[in-house]
Amino acid sequence: MPEPFKQLVSRTFVIKQEAVDTDQIIPARFLTTTTREGLGKAAFYDWRYDADGNPKANEPLNTIDASEHRVLVAGDNFGCGSSREHAPWALTDYGFRAVISTTIADIFTSNALKNGLLPITVDKDTHARLMEDPGGRVSIDLDKSELTIGNNPPIKFHIEPFARRCLIEGVDPMGWLVDRVPTIETYERERAV
Amino acid sequence: MSSLNGPKTLLEKVWEKHVVQRETGETPAILYVDLHLVHEVTSPQAFSELDARGLKVRRPDRTFATLDHSTPTAPPGADGKRPYVTAEAEAQVATLERNCAKHGVTLAGWDSDDRGVVHVMAPELGLTQPGMVVVCGDSHTATHGAFGALAFGIGTSEVGHVLATQCLLQRKPKRMRVTVDGVLQPGVSAKDLTLAVIAEIGFGGGSGYVIEYAGSAIRALEMEGRMTLCNMSIEAGARAGMVAPDEKTIEFLRGRRHVAKGDRFEEIAREWLSLATDDGATFDKEIRIDGAAITPMATWGTTPDAALPIGSVAPTPANDTEAKALAYMGFEAGHATTEYPIDVVFVGSCTNGRLSDLRAAAEVLRGNKVKSGVRMLVVPGSEAVKKQAEDEGLHHVFKDAGAEWREPGCSMCIAMNGDFVAPGKLAISTSNRNFEGRQGKGARTILASPATAAASAIAGVLTDPRIFTQPAQEAKRA
Ligand code: SF4
Repeated sequence: MPEPFKQLVSRTFVIKQEAVDTDQIIPARFLTTTTREGLGKAAFYDWRYDADGNPKANEPLNTIDASEHRVLVAGDNFGCGSSREHAPWALTDYGFRAVISTTIADIFTSNALKNGLLPITVDKDTHARLMEDPGGRVSIDLDKSELTIGNNPPIKFHIEPFARRCLIEGVDPMGWLVDRVPTIETYERERAV
Repeated sequence: MSSLNGPKTLLEKVWEKHVVQRETGETPAILYVDLHLVHEVTSPQAFSELDARGLKVRRPDRTFATLDHSTPTAPPGADGKRPYVTAEAEAQVATLERNCAKHGVTLAGWDSDDRGVVHVMAPELGLTQPGMVVVCGDSHTATHGAFGALAFGIGTSEVGHVLATQCLLQRKPKRMRVTVDGVLQPGVSAKDLTLAVIAEIGFGGGSGYVIEYAGSAIRALEMEGRMTLCNMSIEAGARAGMVAPDEKTIEFLRGRRHVAKGDRFEEIAREWLSLATDDGATFDKEIRIDGAAITPMATWGTTPDAALPIGSVAPTPANDTEAKALAYMGFEAGHATTEYPIDVVFVGSCTNGRLSDLRAAAEVLRGNKVKSGVRMLVVPGSEAVKKQAEDEGLHHVFKDAGAEWREPGCSMCIAMNGDFVAPGKLAISTSNRNFEGRQGKGARTILASPATAAASAIAGVLTDPRIFTQPAQEAKRA
């Protein structure tokens, strides 16, 4: 289980590109792992490393202090493509705790929320402001569902209420479902499945 | 949403039947899963989670596993060893074998004639049936929607949820209907239709929706064509695509292993037909496409919606992202994408690795040769497809033309098993994703149909297959 998530104050890291798909976030050849750990090195691998596997010196993802840049701001339609949960595993292991875009793919959103990575969608103007200020300071208050950019007034965002509760209170969705097995058994009896 | 007793869509009928506990403002619905498909890549961490909690797979009878993504498509060597790309890939396969044995889950493993790409295998066995909720840790699970099932991809945490409880926490999706009327022109395939549909909706345009495909052009598609179409729903951002069951669905399923037999089958088949969307049911979004206007399609960019009729010029980029895509592909705006020599042709995947796809490719290839310098790989979608194709002699057509005939698996669709397109090389692929690096680091991918892939293999450039399949018409035009 990820740690409970309430507040985050951080600089942003901006990726200008639209449609950053899961193959960019973590190339498929890193998917043969059988654990969740240590995938940060594979995050955006093909952007970060040259053909010989050496880190590219001019790639900001290799030079920033990841502990200072915990909010990823990316172009429209982030996380499209595969259902691989390795994508949020890689991003959180790299150091990100939130992703902001205008649209974020459905399965990626669902996967991110289960791993303490907050997927925040914002309107075009807010997005444009964030895109134009890489490294800018933002603060995220999940309790209030508010994003504050610099010293501007806070902006509300939406997170699916149950996922939000899981993040804030550390509720474990699998445990929650397992607790409802008696209800599931009743359903199975009634439908004879 | 329609009222409880009013006209309902196919999606609503299937959804409502599977609600274990209704959704509220605070909590999503608990949705029951009839069929859970499992493969080696997205399951190991889910089984570990079960083990860590001391849980069992709750319904092993509703869980089916296969090996497809990390598996080599070259046969075992003289020593009997399979040529895995890495020890880690081999260990991943072994992990699934162990997990299935431990939890009593049926695995279509190396020794099974049932093995295949998960979305090819399940329909073949009759595991996928109309009205079911089908999930798999794989975004192309939408394929099974061709049968009128609600089928969608889930992440590994959710794979764990289903293993442990046979249920998922889900909010009801929005409804979109894509109606394609008109008769497809001769030589225009389901893949061309699919690429045209995605280009129309746009990459991401289906986000939050389940798409129902309707209209005379969809009804006219055979089941395998409907699977190709539903398979790529995710490429428009939709988690699922569905087609209402009809006589073709029933005939496809009749007699398959996991389907009821005799009178019971006739009874179930009638229930399947009643799943069709009621007249007057409403959708949150409607799109109409003229099927008769579609011609063979191919992509020019690095997202699946960047598709145009073959022969079109690469467009002038509308923004930085399109400019980057064009630069990555090495295409120049204003130049036809049919001008650029290709290096690799891949026929296979859960989009186009079924028997009808191999037949379409073989029909074009028969008596021709793959252009020298072009590598063509034909990878059947399953052991069953491989056997049927070989019974028809299709493998001879491919081999005689100079193509490689491989063992079933995902292969170059995802390029994690050692089959990949080398950096900078240009590939024509019948798979579903042309993302940067999808088929290998630096690989450039054009998505197209099996017939187009075969025609292009012969010509050495992207080619409209109709010049091979309709020579008479072509002569007339000339
Ligand atoms: S063939 Fe490709 S898309 Fe289909 S399951 Fe395999 S990797 Fe995924």
